[in-house]
Amino acid sequence: MPNSAGSVMSVNSLTVESVSEILALATLLEGEDPLKRATRLAKRRIALLFYESSTRTRTSFELAAKGLGADTTLVSSLSSSIEKGETLKDTGLTLRALGAEAIILRHPSSGSPWLLEQETRLPVLNAGDGMHEHPSQALLDLRTILAHLRPGVETVTAETLAGVTVTIVGDILHSRVARSNMLLLPKLGARVILCGPPQLLPAVAVEAGPGIEIERDLATAMKQSQVVMMLRIQAERLAGLQLDLEEYKTSYQLNEARLAEHAPTALVMHPGPIIRGLELTGEVADGPQSVILEQVHHGVAIRMALVERALTLGNATGGRQ
Amino acid sequence: MSVIPGVILIKGGHLIDPAAGVDGLRDVVLRDGRVAEIAAAGKAKVDADAQVIDAKGLTVAPGLVDIHVHLREPGQGHKETIATGTAAAAAGGFTSVAAMPNTVPTNDSPEITRWMQAPERKASVRVFPIGAATRGLKGEVLNDYAALKAAGVVAVTDDGHPILKDSIMREVLKNATRNGLSVIQHAEDTRLTGGCSMNAGVTAFRLGLRGMPPEAEYGLVERDIRLLSELTREVNGHKVGHLHVAHTSTAQAVAAVRQARRNGLRVTCEVAPHHFLLTEEHVGAYDTNAKMNPPLRSAADRDAMIQGIMDGVVDAIATDHAPHAAHEKEVEFERAPNGITGLESALGLSLRWLHHEWKMPLGRVLSLLSAQPAALLGLKGRGTLTVGSYADVMVFDPKAEWVFRAKDSRSKSKNTPFDGWTMQGKVRWTISEGRVVFKGESAVE
Repeated sequence: MPNSAGSVMSVNSLTVESVSEILALATLLEGEDPLKRATRLAKRRIALLFYESSTRTRTSFELAAKGLGADTTLVSSLSSSIEKGETLKDTGLTLRALGAEAIILRHPSSGSPWLLEQETRLPVLNAGDGMHEHPSQALLDLRTILAHLRPGVETVTAETLAGVTVTIVGDILHSRVARSNMLLLPKLGARVILCGPPQLLPAVAVEAGPGIEIERDLATAMKQSQVVMMLRIQAERLAGLQLDLEEYKTSYQLNEARLAEHAPTALVMHPGPIIRGLELTGEVADGPQSVILEQVHHGVAIRMALVERALTLGNATGGRQ
Repeated sequence: MSVIPGVILIKGGHLIDPAAGVDGLRDVVLRDGRVAEIAAAGKAKVDADAQVIDAKGLTVAPGLVDIHVHLREPGQGHKETIATGTAAAAAGGFTSVAAMPNTVPTNDSPEITRWMQAPERKASVRVFPIGAATRGLKGEVLNDYAALKAAGVVAVTDDGHPILKDSIMREVLKNATRNGLSVIQHAEDTRLTGGCSMNAGVTAFRLGLRGMPPEAEYGLVERDIRLLSELTREVNGHKVGHLHVAHTSTAQAVAAVRQARRNGLRVTCEVAPHHFLLTEEHVGAYDTNAKMNPPLRSAADRDAMIQGIMDGVVDAIATDHAPHAAHEKEVEFERAPNGITGLESALGLSLRWLHHEWKMPLGRVLSLLSAQPAALLGLKGRGTLTVGSYADVMVFDPKAEWVFRAKDSRSKSKNTPFDGWTMQGKVRWTISEGRVVFKGESAVE
């Protein structure tokens, strides 16, 4: 459990009600007059602390915070005192001393948002921690799914996605996106099928939460699915694991033929970055079933809601306010 | 540590000396660092200038023996020194500690072994150095065991750098046997644990942490037992050597030790309090005080540790006291060093849980913390209070409940998951070789 009410470090700590509120706030902020919106957090300070590279997440968090009028500052590991050996604790305390009221953290170590929150007592938004979670990505994925499968729904409940099956394919083991989605989507009634080879998908994954199943055969999984979410193989986290990529493509690549045969109407999603020709073909990425760029678009609205919430729910345990 | 001549009478306490089969009211007379007399309560006579400790209502037992501690000297005095570590030991009722060789530099020489035992270290209790099995803990070249033993080493190990090569482990077992030394193995096949920071399983999966599979532990235990068994056959069935498995944490490792003993091999094992009390769930929100190696395991493994302690296959409770400075633990979970302190909580936890909750007789708990570990490493005159033994005594109130506060610890480091836990059994006096080295709050003379 987070210390600060506005922190979002794991989807586990989000109730269905708070998911519903975040989605409603995202819609409200998206539709609001940009000049009015920019007064909401005018001149308040938000730090983006990025220890790993990022395009989508960093940019959309930054645009989200700026859209609300906040001042943002980006600290990345390659151009800061982190390079000189400063610890996460000290970097966090420094940002707080500079007036940051919330920190958006991306970090290669699982669990680092908890350390940062504990040491700074500031709201922390987890923008991806190691192999653990990426809650804002799961929320924007949810928003994308709802826009297509439940258009017009304004509040979500534990049954909103009843009857919807989402297959997540590929490198589940190393994926924080998969973890957040497999824990979030079943809260709204969806069934999640995980699909991949044993090296990338350990059997123990089904015990991670309710509503999770494993199906090693991609065709069988796809046939049951309204959503197929593809994942990149995370070469940077394989840690010596040997994987035959040709074999992988034969079994798990999403190509036009597979899609047409097994899931001709399913949404094709991908958190990015995509590697064309590996986990999916360029034709599928650019094809009519792909909502990959819509996902990116939804990211800004979701992150506006998270940033607004972080600064308005405040923090329960003190810090500077 | 010099022996202070003098006489102490511990009067009217309930003496429990499991090794001697004593369990009743006795007076204990200590003279010149040794146990001089055990008499019926009220019968011992001493000179007027003797120090008298009134132990009425208290329990008197052999000072505890911890065969697995990290005292961090030489080289890492910011975590612990021999002085602070042994002060913590004394506060926890321990009078003998066996110190692991992963110091800086590694204890692989008679010089360092002697340095650790020198009076300048200001140890409160007796320190028994454990020597490195191979030079620099690298698992390649054996050290000179005869020289190490002559300097005071009681066993050899490569500790956190387990010996993986069969050929080297075989040589270590042979050489240690020849020199009358035990071989202690931290059983971890490090080829299976690279980058891992907790137990493998659904908790690790959920937390996004790489997990150490149980087979990394029991696989190496089974390998070591096989090597010992092969050596035994080579000498026509005569028992060779003693293999001691450090901090067992998996059900299968305990089962392997059990089977080896049935087969007549001298294989022993120890369990740390955290492995019989905590599970991987205690990692919680990435609590670095729940990070140690071997890691906290599953509930089934934890239950197997309790079972092994209860049915006797586990020979000793050992703390694996592993102090780390606060700033070293205030980092990302994966980067945090392994280990927790244990010297000041081991007795209180063991009495609270093994004795009070799970009804193990008090004498058996004390034996697991004193007589058995002393026998295991052949520490003569320790772990018992028969006449002529070292005057290593713990006087405690087995009924007293108290709350352990890490900040009050004598250890230089406070890295413990047991902060705020209720303990049972409060140490009132610790006497090491005839010298009072710890006096508890309500200890009255």
